[in-house]
Amino acid sequence: NTSLAEVNSFSPSVPISPSSMINQYKFEDEPELRDLFITVDDPESHITAIETFITYRVFTKTSRGEFDSSEYKVRRRYQDFLWLKSKLEEAHPTLIIPPLPEKFIMKGMVERFSDEFIETRRKALHKFLNRIADHPTLTFNEDFKIFLTAQAWELSSHKKQGPGLLSRMGQTVRAVASSVRGGVKNRPEMFTEMNDYMETFSQKINVLDKIAHRTYKEEREYFNEMKEYGPIHTLWSASEEDIADSLKGVASCIDKCCKATEKRMAGLSENLLPILHEYILYSEILMGVLKRRDQIQGELDSKVDALANRKTEKDLFSEEIGKLEDKVESANNALKADWDRWKQNMQCDMRSTFTNVAENNLHYYEECLATWESFLASQTVDLRVEEDSEDRP
Amino acid sequence: MEDCLAKKMEITVSEAEKRTGRNAMNMQETYTAYLIETRAVESQSEGQCAPVDSLWRRYSEFELLRNYLSVTYPHIVVPPLPEKRADFVWHKLSADNMDPDFVERRRIGLENFLLRVASHPVLCQDKIFYSFLTQEGGWKEMVNETGFQLKADSRLKALNATFRVKNPDKRFTELKHYSDELQSVISHLLRVRARVADRLYGVYKVHGNYGRVFSEWSAIEKEMGDGLQSAGHHMDVYAASIDDILEEEEHYADQLKEYLFYAEALRAVCRKHELMQYDLEMAAQDLTSKKQQCEELATGTVRTFSLKGMTSKLFGQETPEQREAKIKVLEEQIQEGEEQLKSKNLEGRDFVKSAWADIERFKDQKNRDLKEALISYAVMQISMCKKGIQVWTNAKECFSKM
Repeated sequence: NTSLAEVNSFSPSVPISPSSMINQYKFEDEPELRDLFITVDDPESHITAIETFITYRVFTKTSRGEFDSSEYKVRRRYQDFLWLKSKLEEAHPTLIIPPLPEKFIMKGMVERFSDEFIETRRKALHKFLNRIADHPTLTFNEDFKIFLTAQAWELSSHKKQGPGLLSRMGQTVRAVASSVRGGVKNRPEMFTEMNDYMETFSQKINVLDKIAHRTYKEEREYFNEMKEYGPIHTLWSASEEDIADSLKGVASCIDKCCKATEKRMAGLSENLLPILHEYILYSEILMGVLKRRDQIQGELDSKVDALANRKTEKDLFSEEIGKLEDKVESANNALKADWDRWKQNMQCDMRSTFTNVAENNLHYYEECLATWESFLASQTVDLRVEEDSEDRP
Repeated sequence: MEDCLAKKMEITVSEAEKRTGRNAMNMQETYTAYLIETRAVESQSEGQCAPVDSLWRRYSEFELLRNYLSVTYPHIVVPPLPEKRADFVWHKLSADNMDPDFVERRRIGLENFLLRVASHPVLCQDKIFYSFLTQEGGWKEMVNETGFQLKADSRLKALNATFRVKNPDKRFTELKHYSDELQSVISHLLRVRARVADRLYGVYKVHGNYGRVFSEWSAIEKEMGDGLQSAGHHMDVYAASIDDILEEEEHYADQLKEYLFYAEALRAVCRKHELMQYDLEMAAQDLTSKKQQCEELATGTVRTFSLKGMTSKLFGQETPEQREAKIKVLEEQIQEGEEQLKSKNLEGRDFVKSAWADIERFKDQKNRDLKEALISYAVMQISMCKKGIQVWTNAKECFSKM
């Protein structure tokens, strides 16, 4: 079952499908299904005269023959990841390239080089590379191999090769021109369905993201008020004798629940929020992929339309049209396969993330329940002791 | 306790009704009237069900009753009334006196007040209190005939006046200090509790948004659809559950509020004692100075400066007859003063004895009630946690089936 193996390749801290959650640590027992292991860690800041930037260590372990060595340790900066992504998009216009974390954090109060920001970005970069490694096609991409293995100077010299910026721009212009008219007219039903799906999905995931952020905010404000609530009971206990212990007990319960709510918040920000954000990026990526497929179709359609009236020249261009037809067919097939794969992964991610949210809440309530129950037990013991002592003459 | 009215009579404030009428200035007003029902307990043991007597009272009549009791029994920590206006409100709770939830909580508070008075060993025997419960017409006139208003005015002045007592009773000073601390800490607690309730409400309600989005999303999913849809339903249940939880918590807040107001009543007793002590000191001081004056006139020595002394030096001495007359007046005043001082001392000692007995009773009641309240708060939290566990267990199951 290869899909299970592909799905199990994310960082171990993110549980996946329920069956694989049980087998979470078992997948390492089947190493023959995985032959490329990548971690992104050890952020380091570099200060030059012109700029300050962070590099991350990319550590690769592999048993693949195409790799000269079985272990590679290289340092990469964010720019390098951007380069890799654009090369992959270029090489495979209708494949779903995983999302990269954004350049700047627009919302939130995170500073560019705060520990929180760097850690969030590191996790996202780690996921990015692992998703590529698990992709049946992308994993064998040459630029990906160079990214994982080349030393810094090798990478920068390799980057300078390849089609220049101008020629890439030229391609885009042509693509845009042909898409103005085409792509939609002869679009197969399947891709219209995908488009409709993505529009709704994109909408819903954006709303979910907003709700999740609001939930985090509400929980944080609740936490802030709770911090003040417990200590008042302790203060009160200082003026009392008989009920001092009960008051201190309540204070301690409230403080414990306060800590539990902090854990719940952390769970949200470590799990649900990043995943929803990734799928917002994914929906943009998918809309882009669908557009590019339409453009490729559009190229073919406009060529066919152009020749519709010129029956004599049809033979001359039949080869060209044949090539374009092949291009469209392979693009469609690539997209269809990747779409199915993406949907399965999305389902897995959503299932495990929301299950995790439910578990976080369960742990929160279980912890609070335990603390209040033990307080109650201590109080009723006292009451019984008091009653006994009152009965004695 | 056996003589206590609460044992002989069942008292409830069973209903509240909106009324309109004309007030003292002949202007139309809306107010709420409360139905007080009473029934004798004894005859029930014989298998008979005693008839229920009932009458309607409004809040201002309760206030009049309490003022009367406070003035007539200054050494008693008189049970407080529920708040006049909604205080320590969090955003969902209305500050409107006509709001049905407020009226309902007030009804319970008023019943609690009557039960407190009826179970007080001293207060329950009061005739005015009994008439409040049983005599519909003419009760107000009866109260005013006691003339307590005169005492009430001077009491109000005394409670607000500032004066220094030379030899304060340590126990009462400590008790006043305690009542101040209690007032301060309970109001702080109630304020923060209201804010916590507000925030908790926000956390629960935001989850209600998941329900709709999940439902809309499930429409485009084939395999995930059912899981999403049913999880969304549980999110709705979760969001809705907070309303009952916080309503229950309001009753806990009311229990604390009662002791916030009780602290005021406790303080009033301390103040009354202070006033008596001050009065006593002033009377003793006055007596001492009169005795001194008398002595000076009799022996002719002037030990203290007095304007009279100066003027008599300047304008000539008094005649022996005049002096004799003065001494006689002073001696009468001194005798009066000594009797007054004696009775004031007696009054003071009686006050301290009976006040301290009631304070001990109050302390025991307070410790019992507050401990019970804290336990009930824990019970509420436990119930909330259990509900949460149930909902999220269900939600987890739905999510795992996605």
